[in-house]
Amino acid sequence: MKRFFKNFFDQINVIGQCRKYNLPLRQCPQFLFLVMGNVNVVAMITAYFVGIRYDSDPEKLMLVVISLATAIFIISFIIVRSFEQLAEANRLKTEFVNIVSHQIRSPLTNLKWIVEILTSGILGNAEKKQTEYFKILKENLERMQKLVSELLTVSRIEATKLILKKENFFLQNIANDLVKEFEPISKSSNVKIKTDFADKTPQVNGDPFQVLQVLENLLYNAVRYIGFASGDIARGKEPGEVLVKIYGKGRFVFCEVIDNGIGIPKEDQKYIFQKFFRADNVRRYQTGGSGLGLYIAKNIIDHSGGKIGFTSCQGKGTTFWFKLPAATNKKM
Amino acid sequence: MKNILFIEDEAVMQKAVSEFLGANGYRVISALDGELGVNLARQNPPDLILLDIILPKKSGFDVLEDLKKDEKTKSIPIIVLTNLSQMSDVSKMMEMGITTYLVKSEQSLQNIANIVEQTLGGEK
Repeated sequence: MKRFFKNFFDQINVIGQCRKYNLPLRQCPQFLFLVMGNVNVVAMITAYFVGIRYDSDPEKLMLVVISLATAIFIISFIIVRSFEQLAEANRLKTEFVNIVSHQIRSPLTNLKWIVEILTSGILGNAEKKQTEYFKILKENLERMQKLVSELLTVSRIEATKLILKKENFFLQNIANDLVKEFEPISKSSNVKIKTDFADKTPQVNGDPFQVLQVLENLLYNAVRYIGFASGDIARGKEPGEVLVKIYGKGRFVFCEVIDNGIGIPKEDQKYIFQKFFRADNVRRYQTGGSGLGLYIAKNIIDHSGGKIGFTSCQGKGTTFWFKLPAATNKKM
Repeated sequence: MKNILFIEDEAVMQKAVSEFLGANGYRVISALDGELGVNLARQNPPDLILLDIILPKKSGFDVLEDLKKDEKTKSIPIIVLTNLSQMSDVSKMMEMGITTYLVKSEQSLQNIANIVEQTLGGEK
């Protein structure tokens, strides 16, 4: 009996149910059921007053009103149940991704560390061929770790548990360090990365670790999708170019990552920030990539009080930009 | 030689970290659960503790609480090494007085060795 009442009160606790499914009130199944209930009552009253004008027979009137009420009740029950099942499936999916990603992290870390020991030389030097294969193993482990990390971030975004540790910092410093880290990749991709930081650009207010992820993602895409353009446009061995620009404007600091790569087809542009989306012209050349990077980047920038966007022309290049709120008067 | 107590239930991680830090000149003592970790720390206080959070018998949070209450162990530097990376977990551990918090999947063994060396003031 106690459990029955507990279940009953849980079901009618609209705010509790919204929290459980992590939905706004207007999409919460229980709230929708209450709304439909009120619609039903209004429909019954309306049917009564309309019916009484045309036919004063009380039995017929009662039959019409009850039939209408029953029909509306059944339809609203079916709709709300469907919503509830969808909400539950979505919640389970997010929870599953969260749990699995956490569980996969440990064995991946184990493998990464074992490979590090094998290549460190502390167990003796490996042969050249072995070192080559260990390198491949290490790269693929890092790929898997990146994917798991992205999946975890996505599940936190969806559970609105993405927490940003905000502080004031210079975006230019992060960009400089990142460009240095990208030297080996840009060299092997035949791409030159240049920077253009305006004087007196203020600090930004945001989570430096998360913003680093955003910039890393944009820079990685810019470098990766330039290599193919040289083949497509037959520029021979000319290096591709990526420019990272940072400047202050009004209450914001802007960052632009400009490349002269393959560009994004017009018909794909509206999907570019969607989860798992990868444009056709990219998938033709490279099957790897999760399609989560830009979705995560957009959420991080939106949560930071900024905005992200892009302009692109297929075959000519793309400019991705984002802006973040400027911090104090401290300028570089 | 500096002694490091590594409290971690994953045997492979124990092996990897012990091997690497051992090659870097440290003596690593292993504990595969929280309760054993606390007992070993009390019997023979190490120079540094590497501590996981999700542990059998006693969680990392409880281990930390016990170590900080005990006169013999309260001033031993503690580095948390875990895969939990939520800000709430990090803040909670920092408030309990750990030296630093590292997310395992984001660290290389070399990074961990560098941080251990820094924490011990460059001594081995």
